[in-house]
This record gives sequence, structure tokens and C-alpha cells, in this order.
Amino acid sequence: MEHIVIIGNGISGITAARHIRKLSDKKITIISPESNYFFSRTALMYVYMGHMKFEHTQPYENWFWKKNRLDLVHGYVAKVDTANKRLLLKGSEEIGYDKLIIATGSKSNKFGWPGQDLKGVQGLYSKQDLELLEANAPNREVCKRAVIVGGGLIGIELAEMLGSRDIPVTFLVREKSFWDGVLPKGESQMINEHILEHHIDLKLDTNLKEIVSDENGWAKAVITDKGETIPCNVVGLTAGVTPNIDFLEGSGIEVGKGVKVNNFLETNITDVYAIGDCAEQHEAIGNRRPIEAVWYTGRMMGEALAQTICGRKRAYKPGHWFNSAKFLDIEYQTYGWVFTDRSKKDHELHFHWRHPSEKICVTIAFHKDTKQLLGINTFGIRMRHEILDRWLTEERTMDYVLEYLKDANFDPEFYAKYEKAIISHYNTQFGTNITPKKKSWKRIFSNV
Amino acid sequence: MQIIKKIGLFTFLIGLIIFTILPFVGEFEVSSTTFDKVLREKGISSEIFVQEMERNVVGKEFSGMLSLSPKISNALETANTQHRKNKEYKKVIYTGPHDMAAAVGKVGGSGFVVDNKGLMWFLTFGLGILGALLFIVPDVVLLGLKGIKNNGIYHENATNRGWIAWMVFVFLVSFYLVLYFRSEYAVNWTYLVDPISEFLSGNPAGHWFVYGFMYCTVMSVMAVRMYIKYRHNMYQMVRTTSVLFFQIVFAFLIPEIMVRLQMPYYDFKNAFPLDYDFFFQWNLKSLLNSGGIGLFILVWGIVLTLVIVPVMVYFFGKRWYCSWVCGCGGLAETLGDPYRQHSSKSLFSWKVERWLVHSVLVFAVGMTLMTLYSFFTESSTVLGLKTQSVQSAYSLLIGAFFAGVIGTGFYPIFGNRVWCRFGCPLAAYLGFVQRFKSRFRITTNGGQCISCGNCSTYCEQGIDVRAYAQKGENIIRSSCVGCGICSAVCPRGVLKLENGPLKGRINPTEILLGNDVDLMELVNKK
Repeated sequence: MEHIVIIGNGISGITAARHIRKLSDKKITIISPESNYFFSRTALMYVYMGHMKFEHTQPYENWFWKKNRLDLVHGYVAKVDTANKRLLLKGSEEIGYDKLIIATGSKSNKFGWPGQDLKGVQGLYSKQDLELLEANAPNREVCKRAVIVGGGLIGIELAEMLGSRDIPVTFLVREKSFWDGVLPKGESQMINEHILEHHIDLKLDTNLKEIVSDENGWAKAVITDKGETIPCNVVGLTAGVTPNIDFLEGSGIEVGKGVKVNNFLETNITDVYAIGDCAEQHEAIGNRRPIEAVWYTGRMMGEALAQTICGRKRAYKPGHWFNSAKFLDIEYQTYGWVFTDRSKKDHELHFHWRHPSEKICVTIAFHKDTKQLLGINTFGIRMRHEILDRWLTEERTMDYVLEYLKDANFDPEFYAKYEKAIISHYNTQFGTNITPKKKSWKRIFSNV
Repeated sequence: MQIIKKIGLFTFLIGLIIFTILPFVGEFEVSSTTFDKVLREKGISSEIFVQEMERNVVGKEFSGMLSLSPKISNALETANTQHRKNKEYKKVIYTGPHDMAAAVGKVGGSGFVVDNKGLMWFLTFGLGILGALLFIVPDVVLLGLKGIKNNGIYHENATNRGWIAWMVFVFLVSFYLVLYFRSEYAVNWTYLVDPISEFLSGNPAGHWFVYGFMYCTVMSVMAVRMYIKYRHNMYQMVRTTSVLFFQIVFAFLIPEIMVRLQMPYYDFKNAFPLDYDFFFQWNLKSLLNSGGIGLFILVWGIVLTLVIVPVMVYFFGKRWYCSWVCGCGGLAETLGDPYRQHSSKSLFSWKVERWLVHSVLVFAVGMTLMTLYSFFTESSTVLGLKTQSVQSAYSLLIGAFFAGVIGTGFYPIFGNRVWCRFGCPLAAYLGFVQRFKSRFRITTNGGQCISCGNCSTYCEQGIDVRAYAQKGENIIRSSCVGCGICSAVCPRGVLKLENGPLKGRINPTEILLGNDVDLMELVNKK
């Protein structure tokens, strides 16, 4: 029986394992030093905030693994011997494999800041990071102030977490406006306002210069590039993540920033594959980045690779880009591509609508000549993935999109609807005369 | 703000303590004229009981129900034993010993509580309401901006099965035990609400009136909490209003007013088989003897169960009843909301749930068939089983213990829908309709799910919502009551409750939206 060994029990590794099991009878072993069972990394914040207990982050009950003959090994892979198809675990245990899947995810970036390895300085990625935060910042008496470095999705999550325990937070963001490398101006501006509303001390256009130690090796303050010294007990480093692949050194597996793979998620070595955050495409797919550290891409790579491993070779071909996040109280969804004012191409035009009082806004990107829909960002409005995916595939125009916008709304029942306001704003701005059509189940289900 | 909250909590606790002490205090003295009145009302012809009572109770002063109640029970039991021995069945008293003690106590009560009903109402209900509101309303400010605020639920003693939760558990269970089995101890509580009862129905309050009034009060106060907590969520606002309206108007006011108008007491929204004694002989007889309105109620009750309920479930799912109208659901969605996360999501619980809830349905239907058979044939047994024993067993096990003591008492430990999930026969019936023939579903939004588990954690019905959402499948489950909280707590906008066409409602998938279309087709359509 062929032995599939998966390093890493995150979403990509586990998805691959589940699908291989569905398709075959192969022996499957999953190795991880992080946790005994698969859990949802994205939910760690809710454990600290008291919304959930850690066990709630585990999507499968503990009996699931044995029942499906997925052998779990709690261990750390120190070396990969591709010539003999063997893994060497810390503690000198060895495991042989026929096919190897590397799904080791990421680790937090550290950019060589002075003091970055002091006690009280940490990232937020793993279960261990969560445990460390619980120890470092259990309450505002122990942690009188925290400084977060890096204005991305993890940074704002960490700020929300600490805020839930009334710990004052200073948030250092390198960019001139929050996440403006991804978000267009209006949206980024709205999130700035929302961060301040939450009494987070947001410092834009500010970099970390140094973390200062006290006499016991604990962080006691940070110094910014503006020369400001901010006393604090905890420093959160959330300036992005990087593939977690140090253990592959000397294995002969080609690596760049991540493990280099082709469209079939194969590495340069036969029978060795890489999926999820740690995989780096030789060539980026569409507008996507070569390394995609996103929950659903890890899952999709796992799904595709399982087919390949079970004899139905499939390339990893993600469809239209989509993603979502939550900035404190504001939900964000995106479908297709909406670039920032700096990164957008000449033909990309934006239509932006913002609610006069609530933190709700929409940006739709479209081709300035053909009016073709390129992408949409919504804040505080939920959209129907299926409909937008279809519109992007069918290359619908703005007129069509706005006319049928009600089909795409996914907000709960009785919520206020904004289509009318959005469309009338568009009509005024672009001199059109579009009237919205009533939502139709027939259209929504037209391809079922 | 924190100070106001503390004052509120303190005030509430004072009210609660006074309320809790009441069953043990008070003076009772039954004069022979009032005793004669009870005898006449209850139609008692047992001379032994009268003798015993006159020897031990009548004309004597008792301090607290604890000393009075045993005397009455003893008198009644002595009398009944003697009559049964002598085969004087006409003289046997069929009122239970505790109901008898309650009836005698109610007319014999005197002293401070009876003389100061209004003041005592304020010191119990009044302080409770005031304190609770002082505790709840500052959240308008304290919860901060609009949005889901579940911070600290698993850090708080009260909502994480700590000692406070266990105290609440003990209090609720004891309260229900008194209500169902030791009603004489509720006599002092009935005085508090006498003025309200007399205003509504013209009669002094019984312990069930206390319960009804308290139910409405608790729901109203906790609805304020719901309004504040979910003020960003219109679905929750509308739903809470609906469930509150049906409780106060349909379950509380209309039946009381009907009594005043000499009509039978009836809750128009309480559908059989939740309303399990609807077809009991005494009820049918009372309806048939009440003229036009009785007949109307009879027809309405049957149409409600056979037509209205299933048709509405077809269009809207069982939520229209369970989380918009039903009283049990109403309490669960208001008082029970802080405990919703305790419902077990394990596969084992789901198995138990299916066995239990469907067994209760079979029990309820079987019992009703026996009842109707007995009613029409006027035989007291069916296949050797005494109809009345089966009815009593159901009333005790399901009506009192399951629905009351366990259903509500276990809120802080097993979550707020223990009865609705494991025991309610109506929910089981609606569940069949919802599962097999309904437009309702919770739609999963393509590939946006991140498996965080908020939806599963906060599902009061113990549905592992995430198991469906992360596969891109719609959630079609017979037990879903459509409370909408899964959709509310989802950080990625993945879930939406909707009523749509049947086609495509159940959509098992292997590969989620977002993947290459070929792969999706290959895997999903193999």
C-alpha cells in the first residue's frame, strides 16, 4: 500500500488527506509538532477573546482521525532525505514515505529589528503563539500597553484581541493609510477611522526602529523611526508571514521564498509536493501572488493535489480571486480584482459609494472602455459569491451588474438595502440611467 | 457605568432573595367559614378529612407553609386511605395533597404579605425588573460600537458553567419543582400578582398565573438585553419583537381575558402536540360545552396542527413557529441566549437527539390516539393499558420534567434549547416538514468559509453548522429553528437564512466554489 506522508496538519494538509482518503485506500500519515488535532488557525483570536474554547476551533471530533485511518504523528521533521524517501524526526525517529506532501505553512516575519527576540515580543500565527499571548498579556495589569508592528490583517486582529481585554494598544503602520497596499483610498480611510473609533492608538507612516529591553530581558519599550519611545510590555510583530521551510535545507528540494512548485504542485523532486502557504508557484497564476497565504487557497491546493495523487492528474487552477476579512466590527469581502490607486492599470476605473453615516462602502472596479466588471470590494455588505463569480466569468458590464445588483446581496433578512442609493450615485456620477431589477431566484439558480 | 451595573445587580439580588424567602414565611389561619368555602368549591364529602382538618388545622395559627402543609396532606391521605379501605370511592378526594394545601393556604393566608400586595410586588418583581434593567441598559455604552459582542463569554463564570451557572441551575430546577409538585409553597407568590390577575380575569391568582406573569416579565427584560446586544442585526430585532408579542398577547393576555368573558382558557398559538392535553377528555368536554367559541377553538386547534403549521413551515421553515411565535422558544431566545453556546455539537448528541425527540412524538401521538379512542368508545382502557395512566405518565415525565424542570432548569449547563431539541414533539413534527418539504435553508456562501467555528459554537440546537459551511453545502436540518445567530456571528458573511425554490436547496458538494470549474464538475458530478 502506498504511503502518503503529509508534513503539517493545517487546512491544506488536512484537506489533501481527507480527499486522498475519499478517493483511495492509501496509508496516510500526518506529522505536526503544533497540535494533536487539526484546528482552524483563523479562529485562534476568538479563543483569546473568550468567544470560543480551543476545542471549538477543531472542525472534526477526535474520533474522526482513527475512523478514517489518518495516522497522526506529533513530531517535528528535522530533515528530509529525498534520496532514500525518509524523514528524520527530532528525537531521531524515522518515517519512510512513498509520496511526500509539504504543507508546513508560514511563520511570522522578523526583519532583523534590534530586540526582536526579547521576551514579550511575539507574532500571532500558531497555537503556541496564542498560548504565549495568554501568558504575556492576560490582562491590563500585567500588560499595561502593547505595541503592534505591521498593519495587515493579523495586526488588526491582534489589536482587536488585546482590546477585548481592555489592554491599551499602539498600532504602528508603515503605510500612510491602513492596508493601502491592498485597499483603495476611500476604504482604507474608512478603516483608519474605525480603528480610531475603537480607541486604538493608530500611528500611520511609522516604522519600528528598536525594541528596548529591561534588565531581565523583557521588552519594556519600542522606539519608532520618528524618535518616539513608547513604553509597553508586549510587542506584537505582525508584518506578514513567510513560508516555514527551514527544515528543507540540504534536501535537494528547490526553494525560493517558498517551496518551488509547478501548476501540478510538484516540486523538482519526484513524489514530493508542496501545498498551501509554503508553496511558491514558478509563475504566478493570473494576478495572484506566487505565494498565497490565504485559507481557501490552501484548501483548494489540497483538493487539487489529492486528485493528482490518486491518479487523476489535475493542475491547481484557482478561479476568480475572492477573499474576505473582518476589521474589528466591519466585514469585508472582495471578488475579482480591485487594485489600489497606486497599483491599478490605466484602464481600471473605480466607482466608490460610501454610506453617509454608517461604516458601509462599496468599490467596483471596471474597464473604462468596455465597462466590464473587474472586481468589487464591499464593506458592511455581504455579497453572494456564486453570482459575482458568474458575472466575472461572463464578463458582465457595469450596467448589467448594477441592474441586477439585488441578486448579489447576501445580507441577512430585514437588513437595510443600499442598491438604490448605490445605483443613483452611479447614475449621477456617470450620467447613466440604470434602474435596479427585483431580486430573482430564477436568475440566482439559473445554472443549477 | 460599571457602578450602575453593580447597583443593578445588587438590587436584582435583593429582589431575588425576598422572592426566594417568601415560600417559607407568612401566617396562615383557616377559619371555619373559609374552610367551608373550600369544601364546597372542591365538592368534598369526606367526613374524615373534615374531622382531621378541624382537629389539626381549622382555627389554628400557622407560621409558614412548612408547618401547615404536612397537616393538610396528612388529613387528606388519612381520609383517602380510610375511604379506599372501606370502598367508599365517592368520598375519595381527587385533588392532590399539595394542590389542597395550596387551596387552603391561599384562602387562609394573612399578615404582611397579604396586606401589602403592592409593596411586596415591588420588593420582588419590582426590584428584580429594576435591578436587571440597571444591569443591562449600560451595555448600550459598554458594548461599544455596533457588532457582535461575544467577548469574554468563555471567561465569565456565569456563562462558562462556573459556580454562578450552577447556582442558576439549582434555582431554576427548584423553582420548577415547586411549581409542578409543591404548589402550596407558591401561595405567597400568588398574593403578589393577585391585583393583576383580578384586573385581567377577575379571579385571584393561582401559581400558574404567577408563572405566566413571571414568564412575560423575564422575557421582556431579557428582550431588552437582546435588543442591545444585537442592535446591528435587524433580523434579531424583528424576531425578538415577534416572539415577545406572541408570548404577552397570545399566551398571557388573551387567555386571561377569555376567562373574564366566560370563555375557555386557550392559547391560540399553542399547537398540538406541544399542547399535549388538547384532546384530553376534560378539555374536549369543556370546549364542547362552551358553545360557539369552544367549537371554534376545537376546529382552530385541529386546523392549526394539520394545515397552518405545516404550510407555514413549507414557506418559511420551522423558524416561523420555533423562534418567532412559540413560548418555549421565546424564553430560550431571551433568558436562554447567554447560554446558547452550551448545546453539545457531538455526533453522539445528534444521535441521542433523533432517538429522543422522535420517541416523544410517538409517545404523544400514541397517547392521543388512546385518548380519542377512549373518548369515542367511552372505554377507559386500550389494549389493556389504562388511558389515564398513560396520560398521567406523559404529563409527569414529558410535561413537567422534560419541558419544565430539565427544559429550562438545565439552560446554564446544557444550553437553552434542551427541550426544543431533545423533547418537543411539535418540533419533531415540524422537523420532518422542514427536512423534506420546505423552501427554507441556510445558504452557504461559496468558498468564503474559514472553518473558524463561531457558527457551530453559538448554534443553540447543537448543529455543527461549520461541517456544512466548510464544504459549501447548504444547511438543511430538521432541528434548525432559524434563530439566525450562526449568520450573525459569522465573521466572513458565509451564512444566510432564506426561503427559496426547492430545486438546488440540498446541494452536496465535494469541491467548493472558487476552484477551477473543471475540477468542481469532475468531483461534484462523478
